[in-house]
Amino acid sequence: MATAPEIVGNSTQITDKKKRYSAGVLKYRQMGYWDADYVPKETDTICLFRITPQEGVDPVEAAAAVAGESSTATWTVVWTDRLTACDSYRAKAFKVEPVPGTPGQYFAWVAYDLILFEEGSIANMTASLIGNVFSFKPLKAARLEDIRIPVAYVKTFKGPPTGLVVERERLDKFGRPLLGATTKPKLGLSGRNYGRVVYEGLKGGLDFMKDDENINSQPFMHWRDRFLYVMDAVNKASAATGEVKGSYLNITAATMEDMYERAEFAKDLGSIIVMVDLVIGWTAIQSMANWCRKNDMLMHMHRAGHGTYTRQKNHGVSFRVIAKWLRLAGCDHLHTGTAVGKLEGDPLTVQGYYNVCRDSYTKQDLPRGLFFDQDWADLKKVMPVASGGIHAGQMHQLLDLFGDDVILQFGGGTIGHPAGIQAGAVANRVALEAMVKARNEGVDIANEGPDILQKAAQFCTPLKQALDTWGDISFNYTSTDTSDYAVTPTASN
Amino acid sequence: MMTNPTGRLTQGQFSFLPDLTDAEITLQIEYGLKKGYAWAVEYTDDPHPRNTYWEMFGMPMFDLSDAAGVMMELKSCRSTFPQHYIRLVAFDSTRGVETIVMSFIVNRPAVEPGFGLVRQETNGRTMRYTIRGYEAERAEGERYRR
Repeated sequence: MATAPEIVGNSTQITDKKKRYSAGVLKYRQMGYWDADYVPKETDTICLFRITPQEGVDPVEAAAAVAGESSTATWTVVWTDRLTACDSYRAKAFKVEPVPGTPGQYFAWVAYDLILFEEGSIANMTASLIGNVFSFKPLKAARLEDIRIPVAYVKTFKGPPTGLVVERERLDKFGRPLLGATTKPKLGLSGRNYGRVVYEGLKGGLDFMKDDENINSQPFMHWRDRFLYVMDAVNKASAATGEVKGSYLNITAATMEDMYERAEFAKDLGSIIVMVDLVIGWTAIQSMANWCRKNDMLMHMHRAGHGTYTRQKNHGVSFRVIAKWLRLAGCDHLHTGTAVGKLEGDPLTVQGYYNVCRDSYTKQDLPRGLFFDQDWADLKKVMPVASGGIHAGQMHQLLDLFGDDVILQFGGGTIGHPAGIQAGAVANRVALEAMVKARNEGVDIANEGPDILQKAAQFCTPLKQALDTWGDISFNYTSTDTSDYAVTPTASN
Repeated sequence: MMTNPTGRLTQGQFSFLPDLTDAEITLQIEYGLKKGYAWAVEYTDDPHPRNTYWEMFGMPMFDLSDAAGVMMELKSCRSTFPQHYIRLVAFDSTRGVETIVMSFIVNRPAVEPGFGLVRQETNGRTMRYTIRGYEAERAEGERYRR
C-alpha cells in the first residue's frame, strides 16, 4: 500500500489578514478550508467524502478544495469576503485518511456550520454538498459516502408523512413483514387487465400491489383508467378477505399540477397510498410529502434512477446518504434493496440502509458503511421495501436479514406462479407466516429455514409448487458497492 | 363462506396457517413476554377491516411474566364468547414504537360469512365503496348464531 502522505499536522491557514486577502490565487488550505485541529460542533453537518485527487494533487489540498467548493470558495481571492463573518461560512476539512486497500483514494471529513443550509430544504443542502464540487477538475472522482446531520437541522424537517408505526396502525397489520408485488408486465396492460392482476394478488393474501416506476399515463393505459380499475380491485379484495388492502398508485407526472391532479383523484377513490419516483426531484418530493400529510395518505418512494450515482464506489453519492435525505424530505416507503435478489446490494451495506430508515438513533457501524452516529430526534421512521428478484424460497434469509419492519415484494415470484396469481400470493403469505411463527418459537430460521418451508408446503400446495419452481434460484454476483474500512482493535479485543 | 383461498377472515399474523394449538399460542406469548410486551385479549362480533376497537377482555396484562396467566384469560374469554372473534394483542411501550407489535386471531365463529361490497356510482365513472359485514346487519351480541 502506498505510504500515506503528510496529512496531519498544523493548519496551513494564512492568518495574516493582509496576505490572506491580497488579490491572486491561494491554495484552498491556505484560505481556511483545512483545519486539522478543528473539533466539529454538535450543530455542524459532517460529510465524509471519498476523493480521488488527480496525479500530483496533495490529498489535503484536495480535501480543502472539496470543503471550499461545497461552501464559499471561488477560484481566486475576493475582498468581499471581508464584508462577512466569512469563517463561519467556510466548510472545514479536518481529517484525511487513505481508503484502506485502495491506493489513490482518500476519505476526507468536512464540517459545515448550521448557518449554511436553509431550514427544511433538501434542495438547498444538496445544491451545496453535491453541487459544483463533483465536477471540480483537480479531483478525478468524488463520492459522498456518509453524512451526520445535526439534531438542530433534523428538527427543521417534518419527515415521513405517516411513518411506519402509524402505517401499521392504519393497516391493522402487526408483527410480520408486509407483502407486496409489482403488477407485471410493466407496460402494455389495459386498465381492465391491470386491475385483474391487482385483484388476484390481493385476494390471494398480499397486503399491497404496486405500479411500476415507469407506469404513468402511456397510450395503452390512461392514468384515470388505471386508478378506477385498481381501486375496484382493492375494495373487492378487501371485502373478500376482511383486511385493509392497498395498491401504490404512481402519480409521477410531467408537472406538479399533473401530480396534484392525480393525487386528488386517488384520494377521491379512497386509495390509502400514492407513489412517486425519485426522479421527480427533491422539491417535488417535499411538496408531495406535504400533500400526503394533509390528506392522510401513505407515500411510497421508488428509487428509480439512483443506480446512476449510488453504485460505483469512486464517484457519486452513497445510497445511505440518499436514504437519510429521503427520511428528512418525507416518504413512508423506500426501496432499499434485497441483498439476496437480482439487484445490486452487499448484505451488510443493505442492512446499513435499513438502519437509516428505521432507527431512532443510528450507531456508527463501519462494516455496514455507517461512519457516524446519527440522532434522529424522534423523526418518524420509513418502511424499507425489498423488491427485485426475490421468491418464497428465500423467506428465511429475508426475515433473518431484515426483521419485521419491511415490505417484501415478490413480483415475478407471485405473478409467475405456475398455478396463477392467487396461488403465488398464497405461497408467499404461508411461507411468511410459517417463518415468523417459527422464529418466535425460537427456531434458528437462518439454518432451518428450508425445512420450515418444506413442512409448510405439506399443507400448502401453492407453496410446494413455488419451491419446486424457484427453490434453487439465487443471484450470486459480487457486489460493486461494499464498505471499505480498516478493522481497528479496541481495548476490549 | 368467504371466497378467499383460506375461506376465512385473514386478519392477524397467522390466519394462513392451520389454527394454532394452545401449546403453540403459549410459545408466541412467551416470545412477547421475553421482549417485554404486555398482552391483551380482545373480542368482537364485528370484524370489519376498519373496526379498530375490538372489546377489551380486561386490561392489558402489564405486570405479568407467566404465559399461563394470559392463557387463563384467553380460556375465560373463549368460554364467555365462543362464537366471537378473539385476538391476542401485544403492546410495546418502547419510545418511538408505542404501539401494537403482535396480533393474531385465536378464536373464530363456526361460520364466517364475510363481507359484501356496496358500490355507489357517482360523478363520471367514480365509485364510492362500502364494505358491509353480512352479520353486522344484526344487533351486537346476536351475530354468528346459526
